[in-house]
Amino acid sequence: MDFLNAIVALSNFVLIPAVAYGSQLALGALGVTLIYGILRFSNFAHGDTMAFGTMVVVLFTWWFQSMGITLGPLPTALLALPFGIIACAALVIGTDKMVYQFYREQKAKPVILVIVSMGVMFIMNGLVRFIIGPNDQRFADGERFIISARDFKQMTGLREGLAIKTTQGITVVVAVIAVVLLFWFLNRTRTGKSMRAYSDNEDLALLSGINPERVVLYTWLIVAALATVAGTLYGLDKTFKPFTYFQLLLPIFAAAIVGGLGSPLGAIAGGFVIAFSEVTITYAWKKVLGYLLPETLEPDGLVQLLSTDYKFAVSFAILVIVLLFKPTGLFKGKSV
Amino acid sequence: MKKLLMATAATALMTGSALADDHAVKLGVILGFTGPIESLTPSMADGAELAMKEVTDSGKLLGGKAVMPVRADSTCIDAGAATAAAERLVTAEGVKGIMGADCSGVTGAILANVAVPNGVVMISPSATSPALSSAEDNGLFFRTAPSDARQGEVMADVLLEQGIEEVALTYTNNDYGKGLADSFKSAYESKGGTVTINAAHEDGKADYTAEVGALAAAGGDRLVVAGYVDQGGAGIVRAALDSGAFDTFHFPDGMIGQALEDNFGTDIEGSTGQHPGTDSPGAAKFVEQVGDAFDATSPFTPESYDAAALILLAMQAAGSVEPGDYKDKVMDVANAPGEKIYPGELGKALDIIAGGGDVDYVGATAVELIGPGESAGNYRQVEIKDGKLTTVKYR
Repeated sequence: MDFLNAIVALSNFVLIPAVAYGSQLALGALGVTLIYGILRFSNFAHGDTMAFGTMVVVLFTWWFQSMGITLGPLPTALLALPFGIIACAALVIGTDKMVYQFYREQKAKPVILVIVSMGVMFIMNGLVRFIIGPNDQRFADGERFIISARDFKQMTGLREGLAIKTTQGITVVVAVIAVVLLFWFLNRTRTGKSMRAYSDNEDLALLSGINPERVVLYTWLIVAALATVAGTLYGLDKTFKPFTYFQLLLPIFAAAIVGGLGSPLGAIAGGFVIAFSEVTITYAWKKVLGYLLPETLEPDGLVQLLSTDYKFAVSFAILVIVLLFKPTGLFKGKSV
Repeated sequence: MKKLLMATAATALMTGSALADDHAVKLGVILGFTGPIESLTPSMADGAELAMKEVTDSGKLLGGKAVMPVRADSTCIDAGAATAAAERLVTAEGVKGIMGADCSGVTGAILANVAVPNGVVMISPSATSPALSSAEDNGLFFRTAPSDARQGEVMADVLLEQGIEEVALTYTNNDYGKGLADSFKSAYESKGGTVTINAAHEDGKADYTAEVGALAAAGGDRLVVAGYVDQGGAGIVRAALDSGAFDTFHFPDGMIGQALEDNFGTDIEGSTGQHPGTDSPGAAKFVEQVGDAFDATSPFTPESYDAAALILLAMQAAGSVEPGDYKDKVMDVANAPGEKIYPGELGKALDIIAGGGDVDYVGATAVELIGPGESAGNYRQVEIKDGKLTTVKYR
C-alpha cells in the first residue's frame, strides 16, 4: 500500500505534469527547429507567434461559447483551433512577405535575421496586448479532470490523490497526433521531402528545381500550426497571458538546442529533457521516501537536491553541458 | 513624409509648451502600468488623479494653482526602467512630488537614485517592504501603506485564531515577497506556528509544477501564497488546486483582487486573506465619491488617493510647492491634532490650512503616519465564501 502511495504521489507531482509540460515544450521546440533548419535562423518571435495564434483561438472560443456551441466534455478551444491556425498562418506569411523575404533576397547573415526576428517579436508582442490586453484570460471549459485527486482517493482508498486533468490528456494526445502528422509529412510527401532537401543543401535543392518560395511558404504554414497548437494546449493547461508566452521562449530554445537545432526528433527529446529536469531535480522526496522507508528511517528534512529557485539553473546547466560536449545537440542537429 | 513628421512634432511641442502653464503644479504618478500588478494600477492612478482633480476644482491650493498629473510606468519589477521613468518626471517634466512607486523594489530604487539626489518627496501607496522603513530618505519618503512587518503579525494572528498551526509558505522572489515571507515566518513561529517550507517562486514563468511538488511534499494545513494575483501567485494556486496538493490558501495583499474571484471562485472556498483596508467612514465616503468612475475598492486605490492628497495638503501647509519646504509638513497634516478630513473634503482642508488651522487627514484609509513616515496599518480580513471575497472583520 505504501509503495502504491509513493508511486501515486510521484506520478501526481512529477510524472504527469512533466509529461504534459514536456509535450507543450516539444511542440514549441519543433517550430523553432523547423525554422532553424529550413530558413536558417533562430526565430525569437516564436513565443509571440504562439501567443497570437492562441489569442485568436481564445477569441473564437469565446464567440462559440456565447453562441452556445461547445464540445461537451472537451474544451471548446479544440473547435476554435483551426481558425487560430489560419489566422496565425496569415500573420506569419504576411510577416515573411513584408520582412523576412527582403532579408532572404539580400542573402542576409543569420545573425541579422535573428535581430530582425527580435523586432518582429516586439511588434507581435504589442499586437497581442493591443487586441486582447495584457491580463490573464481563461478560456478552458468542459470537464476539468479526467480523474480528480479527491475521486481517486475515494476510488482506491489510497492516502495520495492522483489528478489527471483533461487538458493534460488532450495535450499528450494532440502532441502525439501532431508529431506523427509532421513526420509523415516530412518523410513521405513530395513537399516534405523537398523541404528536407532544401534544409540539407540549399544549392543542390535549387538545382534540382525545388521552388524555394514554396518551401518557405509550407514551412511557415507548418510552424503556424505547431505554434498555435502548442500555445493553445499550454493556455488550456495553465492560463493565457501574453507575458508568459514571451517567457516560454527560453525553455523552448533550451529544448531545441539540447535536442539539436534543426532536428525534429531532437526537439521532442529536448522538450522532455528540459521539462523532466526542471521538475525532478528540484523535487522534495520527503513524501515519497516517507512511504517507502521504514518509520525509523523516515526523513525529517525535505530531501530536496536543489531548492526550486534553481530549476531554471538546472535546465540551463544541461544546455551548457550539452553545448560543451556535444555542440550539435543530442540528436545531431546543426552546430549553433 | 519627413516634413509632415516635423510639422506634427513641432505642433506637439508648441501645444506642449502652451499647456505647461507656470501656474500648474505637476505631480508624478509612477505606477507599474505594465508588469506583474498591471491589473491593479489603473484604478490606483485614477484614485490619485481624483484627489488632484478635486484640489484643482476647488481652486484653493496656494491661491488657485491647478494640479497636473504626469503618469510614468514603474514596471513594478525593472529598477532600471523605473529609475529612468522617474528621472524623466523630475528633470524633464519638473514634477514637485511623486505619488508612487508601487512595488517595493522599484520604490527603493527610485528613492535612492532619483528622489533623494533631486530632493523630491515621494509618497508610495503600496510599497510595503519592511526594508523601506530604514532606507536613507532625508525625510522625503512616506507611504500610506503599512510595512509588511505589521502585515506578517496580522497574518500570523489570523491563521492561529482559526487553529491553523502548520502552513507551507511560498513567496514571489522579490523585495515584497521575501520581506513579507520573512516577517510572517518569524511572527508565526514566535507565536507557536510551524512553517514547513519557505520556498520562492519566480513570476511569469511557464510552469509551477516543481514548486508545487516541493510544497506538497512538505505539507501543511494551508498554503500561504505571498505573491501577485496576476503572476506566479495565480500559477501556484492553479497548480496546487489541480494536483490536489492544497484545498485552502491564505492570501496577503498582493493576491487579493478581482482576478482571484474570477479565476478561482468556489475552488478556493474557505481560503482566507488580508489586505490593507479600514472600516473608517472614509472608505465608504471614498466609494461614494468615486461612484462608477473606477473601482474604488480595488487594493491600494484609496491609499493612492490619500498619498496624492497628503502631498497637496502638505504643500498648502508649507505655503510652497517646493519639496524641500513641504516635506516636513506631511506628518503634520496626516496626524492629529486638527479637524478630521475625509475624502471629498480636500477643499475644506485647504481652507482650514490657509486660515492657519490644523487638519488631521483621515482620508479613505484612516491615515495615521508613524515612525519613519509609514501607515500604522489597518487590515481587512477576508474569506472566500461562495466564490466571493467577503469581509470577516477589520483589524
